[in-house]
Amino acid sequence: MKAILTVIGKDNVGIIAGVSSQLADLQINILDVTQTIMNGYFTMMMILDLSKAAENFGEIKKALADKGEALNVQIKIQREEIFTSMHSL
Amino acid sequence: METTQILETIRMIEEEKLDIRTITMGISLLDCIESDGTKARKKIYDKITRLAENLVKTGEDIENEFGIPIIHKRISVTPIALVAGASEDENYTAYAETLDKAAKETGVNFIGGFSALVQKGYTTGDQRLIQSIPEALRTTELVCSSVNVGSTRTGINMDAVGEMGRIIRKTAELTADRQGLGCAKLVVFANAVEDNPFMAGAFHGVGEADCVLNVGVSGPGVVKRALEKVKGERFDIVSETIKKIAFKITRMGQLVGHEASSRLGVPFGIVDLSLAPTPAVGDSVARILEEMGLESCGTHGTTAALALLNDAVKKGGVMACSHVGGLSGAFIPVSEDAGMIEAVEAGSLNLEKLEAMTAVCSVGLDMIAVPGDTPAETISAMIADEAAIGVINNKTTAVRVIPAPGKKVGDNVEFGGLLGRAPVMAVNNHSSANFISRGGRIPAPIHSFKN
Repeated sequence: MKAILTVIGKDNVGIIAGVSSQLADLQINILDVTQTIMNGYFTMMMILDLSKAAENFGEIKKALADKGEALNVQIKIQREEIFTSMHSL
Repeated sequence: METTQILETIRMIEEEKLDIRTITMGISLLDCIESDGTKARKKIYDKITRLAENLVKTGEDIENEFGIPIIHKRISVTPIALVAGASEDENYTAYAETLDKAAKETGVNFIGGFSALVQKGYTTGDQRLIQSIPEALRTTELVCSSVNVGSTRTGINMDAVGEMGRIIRKTAELTADRQGLGCAKLVVFANAVEDNPFMAGAFHGVGEADCVLNVGVSGPGVVKRALEKVKGERFDIVSETIKKIAFKITRMGQLVGHEASSRLGVPFGIVDLSLAPTPAVGDSVARILEEMGLESCGTHGTTAALALLNDAVKKGGVMACSHVGGLSGAFIPVSEDAGMIEAVEAGSLNLEKLEAMTAVCSVGLDMIAVPGDTPAETISAMIADEAAIGVINNKTTAVRVIPAPGKKVGDNVEFGGLLGRAPVMAVNNHSSANFISRGGRIPAPIHSFKN
């Protein structure tokens, strides 16, 4: 299963490091990353492969949300299909 | 996948209140028919709780994984008049209580199908069901009831129209302690559809499979926001903008419907392409019409604005999913739409204008509070007018009015939650009693003979 991770918040030291180490702990592979500063906000998207993930989706979501709180950013994970079905035929 | 597209989707869900309004499991109860009512009700309870056991959990799982809210999980069943008709029971309230119990067991928030289809005539079962409606809506919480009194093929059953005025009055009286709440769960239709996922009018038609899953989408806030970006542009641009956004909204419905049906092992029925408002700020159909350039919903131009909106939503949505059905269009319930409530209070929107609006959108006079002393014949005549609009224009129309006990024009009826707040609206005080007392049938229109 592929999922899209979005990280939005105030730019700070260690956001990418924090997020990617949490993903590694969860056995989640990063397939693609884009990161930019949009309207003054740190904005990062990752495409993730969850096929070898250690936990179920709900637990992954919670672990990432907790991590986001620690890093002072908002982290969301959603299955990829919601984006592809809305924007492509 | 582009960053801007990902962010657009997230913004639509978080800020503009895009959601899946309902996933509704339609369940046929035709195989539960028994001459012994007690046995029939046991079969009904067992079948509903078996098939819908995982409906709520599956909805919540999808919500969690895809990050899109699914507001309601609901059940619709075969019109109970058909199921109970074979039994010797004379009052069908016990069937409504069984549905209520099954709904509570499965965790859904409404169950629809305490219904009768009498567009041409009554069976004994239909008669008994209609007579049981006030008591059934008093004793149950989650059961919704509907009666179809007319169709383009058959005309309008004016005996049923007359009777439903009295039933609505009685339902309001029996639920007077809850401000007539029972009437919020009772819809009178013309041209009712068999696969409508929305309450209170959902039932599972006899032409449907044993069990199907239908989806209703929503998103008035998303349409409003899209139109804010084309302020002052010509209507061609307005229409194109609505079509594009309706496409995106509907794709969500298609995705969620397919996912839910495959997880539940139930065939996917249809997506209902509707813009369904809620009382929440930013979730209003009236605000879309106002965004098109009207100072207040209800003023001159409102019917044209709604016609454009309704048509563009359908055109955009049709290509986005495999099967379209249900009511499909814009809903204009007064109490459930903050912009409509405001327009009524500002004196800009009245019943006559709402009636005109129902000629060009997908439903009818919906969630409207009228004075508690409104005569039953006047309510019947409102139903007759709406049915005539539906029958002549080959579309679904409906009436869901609440003659709020003890209330008069200018008062408010507070239902709370998604049913919202209804300002009591003025009705025409001249009598329709002699018109309604005629009874009989208004014949089908000439253009119904297409064979």
